[in-house]
Amino acid sequence: MSDKDKKVLITGNEVIAEAAIRAGCRFYAGYPITPQNELTAYMSRHMPEAGGVFIQAESELAAISMVFGAACVGERALTSSSSPGISLKQEGISYLAGCRLPAVIVNMSRGGPGLGNIAPGQADYFQSTRGGGHGDYRTIVLAPNCGQEFFDLTRLAFDLADEYRMPVLILGDGVLGQMAEPVKLKPGIKYEPAHQKKEWALTGNKTGKPKIIRSLYLGQGVLEKHNLELKKLYDKIEQEDVRSESFYVDDSEVVLVAFGISSRICKKVMQEARKEGVKVGMIRPITLWPYPYEIISRAAAKKVKFLVVEMNMGQMIEDVKLAVGGKAEVHFYGRTGGEMPQEKDIMEKIKQVIK
Amino acid sequence: MIKVKIDSEKCKGCNLCLMYCPKGLIKESKILNKRGICPVEFDSSKGACIGCRFCALMCPESAIEIIDE
Amino acid sequence: MKEIYKKSNILTDAITHYCPGCGHGIIHNLVCEVVEELGIMEKTIAIAPVGCAVLAYDYWKFDTTEAAHGRPLAVATGIKRARPELIVFTYQGDGDLAAIGTAETVHAANRGENVTVIFVNNGVYGMTGGQMAPTTLLSQKTATCINGRNAKRDGYPLKVSEMLAVLDGVCYIERTSVHNPGAVIKTKKAIKKAFQNQIEKKGFSMVEVISQCPTYWGLSPVEAVEKIEKDIIKKVPLGVIKDV
Repeated sequence: MSDKDKKVLITGNEVIAEAAIRAGCRFYAGYPITPQNELTAYMSRHMPEAGGVFIQAESELAAISMVFGAACVGERALTSSSSPGISLKQEGISYLAGCRLPAVIVNMSRGGPGLGNIAPGQADYFQSTRGGGHGDYRTIVLAPNCGQEFFDLTRLAFDLADEYRMPVLILGDGVLGQMAEPVKLKPGIKYEPAHQKKEWALTGNKTGKPKIIRSLYLGQGVLEKHNLELKKLYDKIEQEDVRSESFYVDDSEVVLVAFGISSRICKKVMQEARKEGVKVGMIRPITLWPYPYEIISRAAAKKVKFLVVEMNMGQMIEDVKLAVGGKAEVHFYGRTGGEMPQEKDIMEKIKQVIK
Repeated sequence: MIKVKIDSEKCKGCNLCLMYCPKGLIKESKILNKRGICPVEFDSSKGACIGCRFCALMCPESAIEIIDE
Repeated sequence: MKEIYKKSNILTDAITHYCPGCGHGIIHNLVCEVVEELGIMEKTIAIAPVGCAVLAYDYWKFDTTEAAHGRPLAVATGIKRARPELIVFTYQGDGDLAAIGTAETVHAANRGENVTVIFVNNGVYGMTGGQMAPTTLLSQKTATCINGRNAKRDGYPLKVSEMLAVLDGVCYIERTSVHNPGAVIKTKKAIKKAFQNQIEKKGFSMVEVISQCPTYWGLSPVEAVEKIEKDIIKKVPLGVIKDV
């Protein structure tokens, strides 16, 4: 096997950290919370080696504001946390969105509400896909389902953040974060200080004309104008950056819809079902915002039945119903409180749906 | 001669300059500015300005310039 | 013709939204004068707070970012760590620095972040209508303690500068005021030292400026500065609190 194809066994948390450094990220601030601690620990060791900045912040509020600061001067910056910590980071995420600053935020989500538990969860779907904090904004949400995708989508997250000047969220969960999988670590980009290419980044006023980073727009109509600019950007992203994966949609009676770790379980169920002659397909959204409404809508027109599988009490199902628009049956199977859906239970549900 | 130039449109009439002028050369104007505020004005009739800058240092509007003609 | 005094070139010509007699305008000018004299304008980044000085970027020509309420020192940490060659300062009020941002303030100070903090303390929340601040003095009346701050109900005024001075990461803290010309000159000297410390990589430096808020003290500007002289600085003494 050539070196090029060599894979390393690495946890999801650590592979994001490694991918971020290879994507030219040179600033990380975080606060300990399970189940994402491996990411912070990896950064504490490897970010200094790469010549970057690692800070263990006093809180998630501070960590996201440190990332905000680094983003102001054009640095590729990352922070990570898990559900309760992400709630705190929503303050800074809203400011990043309002100020048009790029940053990447990782949520290795766990059971909630409240302190919940430290088992894997997908209950932050609403929070992730509806902006999450206060105000009229969106964040791009990437939902990888394996170690390799964590690597690939982390780099993509930084590129999208810079391209659109907005925060990008990577949504994982406790299983994906802590499970070690073989991953091909692709070579990093040559590090060039990102700020030299970002004409809006603060450098100190060298021209007589100051640069101002702000989300405060007083005066009648001024904020509306700003928000409509954001809307234009979001419309473009909805046109150009929807990512998903589909299996057997054209040859299915039941189409499973699942993301992240649930989609891994569903894929196995789909394969087993097809062996038994049950026509099951699957649609896996990779971007949760922008959402693949179009693909689901097209499948709905073929009169398939949908079964949405999530690790929550039913959140993404609302987007599936929006896409289906009443044209097909939409069913739900979910586990909550940090529990995982079992293959046999999903299979059972499929059989009920077919009947 | 030292002259205190006051931007009467910037002046908000707080009178801190007037309070600290050791020579009493600043007084309230009788003419309102565009924002309806009685600004202060330099009045050299009572003596010569010594250029101590107290008025300018205390001006929150940075509306005062001092020149020696 | 000789120029004896002219405002700093770093100040814009905008008319501020500050009330008549407010100390912010004086302090803005001092910061601008210091940066101009040190010749560091081209590498200085300002962080504006949430509070009365939220629009500071309209009044000075520094490259400036806003920060969420209380987070300027976390933002400053991000900027300074990412670009140590830049000169970074925060401009914060008492609500921002000493209430909602207490954690960010304490930890940035404790880490010894090499930044400059201009802490404007007028003892009230001006922007939101004169509510009680962490630094409101006992018996001082505000919109949310109309009979005066009562220790039993409201706790005591927070001695932020004294609190921070005990931290090993802190290099310099001085409390000054802008209520008379001599005090303004001393404040400028302190601000200059706080910036020089940063240039010399000495660590966390903060100037607490006791500033007048005539509007929410219910006084005329003249009465407000007299109150600082006769009352406030007797309770909150001026001077160097730490200098290492």
